[in-house]
Amino acid sequence: MAILVDEGSKVVVAGITGSEGTFHALRDRAYGTQVVAGVTPGKGGQDVEGIPVFDTVADAVERTGADTSLIFVPAPFAPEAIYEAADAGIGLIVCITEGIPARDMSQVTAYLRGTGASLVGPNCPGVISPGRSNVGIIPGEICAPGRVGLVSRSGTLTYQIVHELTQRGIGQSTCVGMGGDPVHGIGFLEALERFEADPETDLVVMIGEIGGDDEERAAAFIAEHVSKPVVGYIAGFTAPPGKRMGHAGAIITGSAGTAQAKAEALEAAATRVGRTPSEVAELVRDALS
Amino acid sequence: MDLYEHQGKDLFERRGIPLPERAVATTPQEAAAAAERLGGDVAVKVQVQTGGRGKGGGVALVHSPDEAEREASRMLEEGFKGAPVTRVLVERLVDIEAQYYAAISLDRSAGTYLALVSNEGGVEIEEVARTKPDAIRRSHVDAVRGLRPYQARRLTGHLPTQARDGAADLISKAYAVLADADATLVEINPFVLLRDGTVMALDAKVTIDDNALFRHPDLAELADTFPIDPIEKRARAAGLQYLKLDGEVGIIGNGAGLVMATLDLVKQAGERGEAANFLDVGGGASAEVMATSLEVILSDPNVKSVLVNIFGGITRCDLVALGILEALERVTPQVPIVVRLDGTNAEEGRRILAEANHPRIVPAETMLDAAELAAALARGGTG
Repeated sequence: MAILVDEGSKVVVAGITGSEGTFHALRDRAYGTQVVAGVTPGKGGQDVEGIPVFDTVADAVERTGADTSLIFVPAPFAPEAIYEAADAGIGLIVCITEGIPARDMSQVTAYLRGTGASLVGPNCPGVISPGRSNVGIIPGEICAPGRVGLVSRSGTLTYQIVHELTQRGIGQSTCVGMGGDPVHGIGFLEALERFEADPETDLVVMIGEIGGDDEERAAAFIAEHVSKPVVGYIAGFTAPPGKRMGHAGAIITGSAGTAQAKAEALEAAATRVGRTPSEVAELVRDALS
Repeated sequence: MDLYEHQGKDLFERRGIPLPERAVATTPQEAAAAAERLGGDVAVKVQVQTGGRGKGGGVALVHSPDEAEREASRMLEEGFKGAPVTRVLVERLVDIEAQYYAAISLDRSAGTYLALVSNEGGVEIEEVARTKPDAIRRSHVDAVRGLRPYQARRLTGHLPTQARDGAADLISKAYAVLADADATLVEINPFVLLRDGTVMALDAKVTIDDNALFRHPDLAELADTFPIDPIEKRARAAGLQYLKLDGEVGIIGNGAGLVMATLDLVKQAGERGEAANFLDVGGGASAEVMATSLEVILSDPNVKSVLVNIFGGITRCDLVALGILEALERVTPQVPIVVRLDGTNAEEGRRILAEANHPRIVPAETMLDAAELAAALARGGTG
């Protein structure tokens, strides 16, 4: 089963004719992902190494049965690509693009709540269910099939921790890079909820970082709703205090947003928190043994 | 990007928010002339990107052009909390009946905006939130519908009757400013009711979403008005996220999370193993970007060793390796450079570095090894 993506996912890549879109579409296909279509306005009828390109997502869905969208288009046009995917009936939208204005994302997420579509990202590395499907830019070769679910706000830090798990012979059911932007799609809560319900996941690793209160809210959710063991990691213990969004920001989060505060919140919810990526992998191994 | 008060007020004025008469001065003489023109009774306010001006001597209430000139001279000379001051705002004093607080901010927990109005203003809002939570009314604002008139009325319904209409108008216009400018924060502390019944903004704190600057060329230009460390300026021009810190291990990594984790590891690796900086090359780092990053790091005289920690996703490690070699043709480092590459095209990257066999490059197998090695080398050891 895994969560979000598996061998049945049919992926349409928005921005497939750009250099990043081409590189990763082919890489994902080589991994075994069903990359069934690409979309670039004005380039319908062409193909990228055998992947047919369409002018619109609706065309791609109609002709190929695509159900998952992977977006590489530049920030000024990425919100449009998300709206287009949702309106074409795509169920899962994975947006890799970084630099999208928060206001646009706030409008996008408000719109998506009224549709059946789920969003991962933006500014994220995507989702991989190892051995089944890779929808994004996570290097498939560092992952291994297994029973640990992983969700992270960071990109490359995710790779680091996945790499440490794989090196110890611990495979993953699904790795979700939720992205680091302030306004995003699926977060820790939604991922934890899906992993809790997934019979092929035994343990969840969650990787957070300073800022905001996503980790604190995840800790509260874990205490209430998650029976599977959770191992955490928080980046930024030695980072200098980040810019606060004025006085109003501090009131909204109700938290200092520091690594220490987040680690304490998780530990209070019986979640073990590793102080290095290697220690996270060790804690996972201990919890599974 | 945090705007100066006077820049925020320019945005307010375009939306018709009432403001005191005012003028920006960059010299004491200009401040005196402005005070003369505004009637002599004026506030002289430092223009800085930090808060706490009232308590920190950044605001002076004066009653003559001479006094305005003296205060402006002091502010421009002394700076404020360590930051240089290049301009002051001279503003006509107004006759205040009562002070309030208003803000609209991006609320990342809700994925949308939150508007706040307090019937106590001119003081620290955290203190009000702690001691008198009922003084603050809040309302989430849907980014599609915007701040509706009923929300503005509810947010201001706890203010005295004579202030309500003006306050509701002000918070509605503040939202329009936020929407116009793609701001993540518009804060007015205080806004005031004057004895003549006018409701007016006395302060303006506006933060613009950096991601939205591409569609606001006028606001993007304001970036040049803020003081910036020359190294940071160079890094920013190259699209790098760079922050100077106090340690001796120069850090280059890709992705904010990985860079932060690298700083944490270096700190854990030894008592004096402190990072000299935070530098995130971002996604898809090219050879050119890597070369500029190394030049930026090596221009810091405190750096005793450099740690390059790359885990390739979009970033390709072969390009990173080529970039490091390219940089080493442009600068001659006096310190060791520990390099750890993993992920996309990592083997190719490691091979390129091994073949170059550069005397300053120290390869490391794992992130932990790399952090320990770089910290030890910064202390003059060999690990």
